[in-house]
Amino acid sequence: MKPARFTYEVPATLADALAALARRGGEAKIIAGGQSLAPMMNMRIAQPGHLIDINHVAELGQIRLADDHLVCGALMRHADLARHVLAWTHAPMLAYAAGTIGHYAIRQRGTLGGSLAHADPAAQLPLAAVALDARIEIASSGGRRVVPATEFFASIFTTVLEPHELIVALHVPVARLGEGWGFQLLTRRAGDFALALVGCTLARTGRRVDAVRLAVGGVGATPVRLDGAIEPGAGDAHWIERAARAVAAAVTIEANERISVEYRRELVETLAQRALTEAIESLT
Amino acid sequence: MIVLNVNGEEHRALLEPRKLLCDALREDCALTGTHVGCEHGVCGACTVLLDGRPVRSCLIYAVQAQGAAIVTIEGVARNGVLSTLQQCLHEAHGLQCGFCTPGIVLTMQAWLDENPEPTDAEIRDALSGNLCRCTGYHNIVAAVAAAARRAKEKAE
Repeated sequence: MKPARFTYEVPATLADALAALARRGGEAKIIAGGQSLAPMMNMRIAQPGHLIDINHVAELGQIRLADDHLVCGALMRHADLARHVLAWTHAPMLAYAAGTIGHYAIRQRGTLGGSLAHADPAAQLPLAAVALDARIEIASSGGRRVVPATEFFASIFTTVLEPHELIVALHVPVARLGEGWGFQLLTRRAGDFALALVGCTLARTGRRVDAVRLAVGGVGATPVRLDGAIEPGAGDAHWIERAARAVAAAVTIEANERISVEYRRELVETLAQRALTEAIESLT
Repeated sequence: MIVLNVNGEEHRALLEPRKLLCDALREDCALTGTHVGCEHGVCGACTVLLDGRPVRSCLIYAVQAQGAAIVTIEGVARNGVLSTLQQCLHEAHGLQCGFCTPGIVLTMQAWLDENPEPTDAEIRDALSGNLCRCTGYHNIVAAVAAAARRAKEKAE
C-alpha cells in the first residue's frame, strides 16, 4: 500500500500556504498531521496531485485567549490540546475530547484543523465544536471568514470549505463561571471511532438547571444539537432520565447495516444520561 | 535529495515525495529495525520518535521528516546496553516473535517519560495503539510497569 505519485511543497508562512492553495487549490490537499489523509492516500482512496504541508506554519499552532473566546490554532496537536492549561480552564470539554482521540501516537501528530476539515461524523472535535457554539475561522488569499460549527459540517466527510480555503483556528466561547460539562462516547475497541458520542454543558440558576447545550455525534452525517428537546428542570435523577429520553426520541439515526437503529437510539439515551450526570456532578 | 537525521547520524537519500518515512528508513538508511505492518496507522509497529514524539512512520512522508531528529529502535540501546524498558521486556518475556516490539519500545518509552507512575489500566490504554499477536499483552504490561518502577528506583 503506497500512495499515488504527488508533488509536494512546504510553505513557511500562512501567506505562502494561501498563495499555494490559490494556485493549486483544485488538485491540492493540505496536509497537517496526516492521520486521516495519509491512510486514505496509502489505500489510494485519496489521490491528490499536490500536497501543501502546513506543519511549519508556526502561527497556526498557537492558542490564546481573546476577550471571551479561546482561539485554538488549526495546527494544535490533539496531545497538546489535551494537556493545555488554557484549554482546560476555558474549554474543558474540548481538551478532554482531544485526549480521547485514537491512540497515544495518533494524538501526537493529529491536528485540530485536520479533524474539523476531515469531518468524520463520529469524530470528537467536530462534536465538541458544535456542542460549544464554536466558530471556525477560515482563510484564503482573498480574505477571511468565520463560520459557526453548526453550519460548517455539510455531510459525511464534507464541509463548506472551498478548495482554496484553509482552516486557521477554532474560536470557542469560554466556559461560563460554574458551568458543568460532560462528554461520553462508546467505542468497540480502544481508539476506534465511536459508535455514538454525546457532549453537553449546563449551568444552574437558583434551583433550576438550564442553559443546556447538548450535541450528538456518530449517528448521522454530521454532529447535531439536540438541546431543543430538553426542558429546564431540577437537575435531579428524574430530570436527567427524562432529558436523555427526550434526546434519544428526537435524534435522527441513519440506517447502518452493522448496527441497528434501535441499538443506537438506546445507546444515545445511555450516553446522554451519563453525560448529563457528569455535567451536573461537575457544577461548581 | 533529502537529508534525514536518524539516531544522530545524517543519511542522504534521493527519493520521491510519496516515499513513506518507514520505507526510507528501511531502504535508504538501511535501518530495518522499524517494522512495517498495516501501512495505515493501525498496528503501531512502525512507530518512531520524531523530535521526541512517537509517530507512525507509515503516515508521514520522508520529505516531511527533514530537519527533525528521528529516533528508531537502533538508537535506543547505548553501546550494546539495553534501555531499562528493553531490559524489562526481555526479563518479563514481553515479546515472542518481536515484530511489534520496536514500535512498543518507542511508544511506551515516550509515554513513560510523560507518565512515570502508571497504573496497569493506564498502561493498557496507552498500549492499545500497538497490536501484538503473540503475547496476549500481559507480559508487556508487566514489563512496562517494571520499567516504571525501576526508573523510579534509579531516580531515588
